[in-house]
Amino acid sequence: MIEVDARGFSCPIPVVKTKEAIDKNPKEPLAVLVDNEVSKENVSRLAKNRGYSVEVERAEDGFRLKLSPLAK
Amino acid sequence: MRRFVQSLTPHTWMVVAGLIFGVVAALLVKWGNPANMGYCAACFLRDVTGALGLHRAGAVQYLRPEILGLILGSFIAAIAFREFRTRGGSAPLVRFLLGTLMMIGALVFLGCPVRALLRLAGGDLNGITALAGLIFGVFVGILFLKRGFNLGRSAKMPSVAGWLFPAFMVILLLFAIFTPYFIFSSTSGPGSLHPALWISLVVGLGVGILAQRTRMCFAGGWRDLILIKDIHLFSLIAAFFVAAMVTNFALGQVGHWGFSGQPISHEEHLWNFLGMALVGLSATLLGGCPLRQMVLSGQGDTDAVMTVLGMVAGAAVAHNFGLASSPSPIGNTTFGAWAVGVGLAVALLIGFLTRERRQA
Repeated sequence: MIEVDARGFSCPIPVVKTKEAIDKNPKEPLAVLVDNEVSKENVSRLAKNRGYSVEVERAEDGFRLKLSPLAK
Repeated sequence: MRRFVQSLTPHTWMVVAGLIFGVVAALLVKWGNPANMGYCAACFLRDVTGALGLHRAGAVQYLRPEILGLILGSFIAAIAFREFRTRGGSAPLVRFLLGTLMMIGALVFLGCPVRALLRLAGGDLNGITALAGLIFGVFVGILFLKRGFNLGRSAKMPSVAGWLFPAFMVILLLFAIFTPYFIFSSTSGPGSLHPALWISLVVGLGVGILAQRTRMCFAGGWRDLILIKDIHLFSLIAAFFVAAMVTNFALGQVGHWGFSGQPISHEEHLWNFLGMALVGLSATLLGGCPLRQMVLSGQGDTDAVMTVLGMVAGAAVAHNFGLASSPSPIGNTTFGAWAVGVGLAVALLIGFLTRERRQA
């Protein structure tokens, strides 16, 4: 799975990195690592707007977001 | 239906927060703040800078409790919701410099992105020029973001570093209450216009809590609209503007619609546009507008503290070196024009040179 490590970055860099990964790998599941609440919210919102389901797992130092494209 | 409600709720919150902030910002004028300046992150931080004697423009010196409250409100909310985390080390010096440039741009226009909206909501059409400049600056910033611009990762730090700035605000608040002789306070001009301390403080704390929870950003709203076509942050900005305008009408605070003769304003269109473009570009590279930087500075983000200190330096430079504009008929200064030009060049250079290497 493609993994985007956005830990240590603050708004809006995690969103930019996730958007780039989505654009490069459409319809593939992604994992995004973030280390703060705001990035978790922002990346989740982007993913939902782009038609992904979002699963949030607590990870060491933050959150691991699993983005899976919804079948249409 | 349930999904609809779930998808609606965060936006609704943003709209409600924007409405509250907009009404309060207009009311602050009624309660004593300068016209079309109920709440201005840049102007008020400039007043704080003057109160500390770091610049000597006698008309704009006052320890604005809105600023101290904003940062302390954010601190309280961050602690209460367990979001206080001490971080730092993401290009502090670059952030300091961009903060300086952002403040200089704001003081050439005479307002931050918040006041640009408030000016328009009070009939000052220079707000339109400023918003156009802001959006242009944000757009240029987005081009850099897409090219791989970032200021690097921050790292965890000992929590004492995060407490320093809120603690400093408590000290400033004590100064505001007990007014020791070394604190300057304007006796005429915009700095002398303010509500009672407790009103400004309560509003500041409230806005700080609201801003920390909603992550409101008056540059980020435009950025997300353009970059990811997301209206989440923008919905707060729109609600803020509508609420401020309606409240201004209700209170009879809309003077006249036009460019000239507006309060604490000048109609040098080019410099209003470019000054705000510098704010938009710097804010996008920094990840947040002046207000958002102060909110972040209250929740342990020491990089944002560096930005705010850069803004303080920018205010001092702007007034000590004659870069800041004055209300009409003086308008902007030659030095101010040069500063915006050089500032834009420096911000662009930072944008071009700060690019993350990507793996092939």
